[in-house]
Amino acid sequence: MGEMIVVTVVGADKPGIVAAISSVLAEAKANIVDISMTVLRGFFSMIMVVDISEAISDIFELRDRLEEKGKEIGVRVMVLHEDVFRYMQKV
Amino acid sequence: MTKYDASELAEIIEMLSFQHLDIRAVTMGINIMGALKYDNLAEGVRETVKDRAGELRDAVEEVSSKLGVQIVTKRVAVTPISMLLDARAGDSEEAFKLGVSIAEALDSVAEDLAVDYVGGFAAFVESGYSLGDKGVVKSIPEALSSTERITAMVNAASTLAGINMDAVYEMGEVVKRTADLTEGRGCTRLGVFANAPEGTPFVPGAYHGRGEEDPVINVAVSGPGVIENVVRSLEDADLRTLHDAMKRAAFKITRLGELVGREVAKRLGVRFGSVDLSLAPSPAVGDSVADVLRAMGVEEPGAPGSVLALAILTDAVKKGGAMATSSVGGLSGAFIPVSEDLGMAKAVRRGALALSSLEAMAAVCSTGLDMIVMPGDVEEHVIAAIIGDVMALGIVLDKSLGARLIPVPGAKEGDEVDFGGLLGKAPVMPVGRFSSKALVMRGGIVPPTVSRLMKG
Repeated sequence: MGEMIVVTVVGADKPGIVAAISSVLAEAKANIVDISMTVLRGFFSMIMVVDISEAISDIFELRDRLEEKGKEIGVRVMVLHEDVFRYMQKV
Repeated sequence: MTKYDASELAEIIEMLSFQHLDIRAVTMGINIMGALKYDNLAEGVRETVKDRAGELRDAVEEVSSKLGVQIVTKRVAVTPISMLLDARAGDSEEAFKLGVSIAEALDSVAEDLAVDYVGGFAAFVESGYSLGDKGVVKSIPEALSSTERITAMVNAASTLAGINMDAVYEMGEVVKRTADLTEGRGCTRLGVFANAPEGTPFVPGAYHGRGEEDPVINVAVSGPGVIENVVRSLEDADLRTLHDAMKRAAFKITRLGELVGREVAKRLGVRFGSVDLSLAPSPAVGDSVADVLRAMGVEEPGAPGSVLALAILTDAVKKGGAMATSSVGGLSGAFIPVSEDLGMAKAVRRGALALSSLEAMAAVCSTGLDMIVMPGDVEEHVIAAIIGDVMALGIVLDKSLGARLIPVPGAKEGDEVDFGGLLGKAPVMPVGRFSSKALVMRGGIVPPTVSRLMKG
């Protein structure tokens, strides 16, 4: 099974967020396998499950780039490993 | 591929981002007895810790960064130092000096390795003292005043042996002298325990036990904010429903500890010991066990119903946590420290929470009387009597309990004392006008209860 990460983007809704974040992922050859929109603490949020098993960057490098991009466009980006969700949500 | 729905993902993200869920500590247990191979014991201690924990910092930081989960502290717990002193010291003067030098050596190696605390400056004296025990107990005030990262513990009671009241009285003196040498701060790193379990990742109770693998990784979780949030979302729920929801949340919190423990142990190539599933609060807003009690419906901790609420919470945390890890360790209950929990300190400030209510709550939690700031002029026998109360609860209820009492020289009832960081701040609590000096001064051993006979 591939290595998955969960990328969360929180911030005021505006055009270009999805494009900005997904372009960083595409450059790293990371594959978005699922996207959902939800509201976290009253903020628009986008949660992406991303397969990085074929990516040219590891989770450490990707986190740095995504957080940097987040700062540029004024949203908060969080990157968690999928193991966290598997451990906490699946028995 | 495992599928998650949006609400499952969002729930975890909320916990980690907004509800202060983190790993409070990754603690490496180390058998320190190898230090005896060195002529210079302090050097032996330093080398042994360096050998085992040299890569602890990198491993913890890598796991934290990979998972995206905050790990607040890195700690080391060593074999009770009294055992080293027993093996090396010729008399009590030498034991005292060696005790202080070992504490300083541990402190300096901890600083070199970016380890936040070293537990295990410890003695087990529930039945009586060895030379090494005497050395540790006598050197605690100096050891704590000349170090920043050492934590000390003395086990003065057990279900099997009863309570050593001579030791309890002496600890009253030790607490007082430590306070005098450190303006109270040293006492934040000093606990007196009944039934202190091995493998506790929390300080000051942490020490490396005889039955443990060397080295071993034990993990401490946090998570009161997560439970509070769950309780607040169930305003009209009856208590069984509430208990069930808290249990489910506790499961998730403990699972995070299990994941981090496994990952760190794997990276270091050592055994993963256990998760202490205790809900550890911090002085941050939204990270308070007191606020969980408030959310449950207690107006202020200390109000009638507080023991009931805490008992429900503790049980739910234990049951949820037990399902989440097959290796439960340490104290594993609910913590009710005063200064380290913003909500507890507030309850004291409002006049809701007194020492007597905390003693009652200790019966259903797992820490006892923790981080209680006292007037500077409190007498040794009063401290000893308070410790004695906690020891009695420990042996009668056959559980681990401790007392971490902090007299602050010059401070008076109602003064605010700020220890900074995770240690928090709290008002000085009154200790009452009446004493049990005559009882405490009788000394001797309190025999074990009938619980002892149940154990064969």
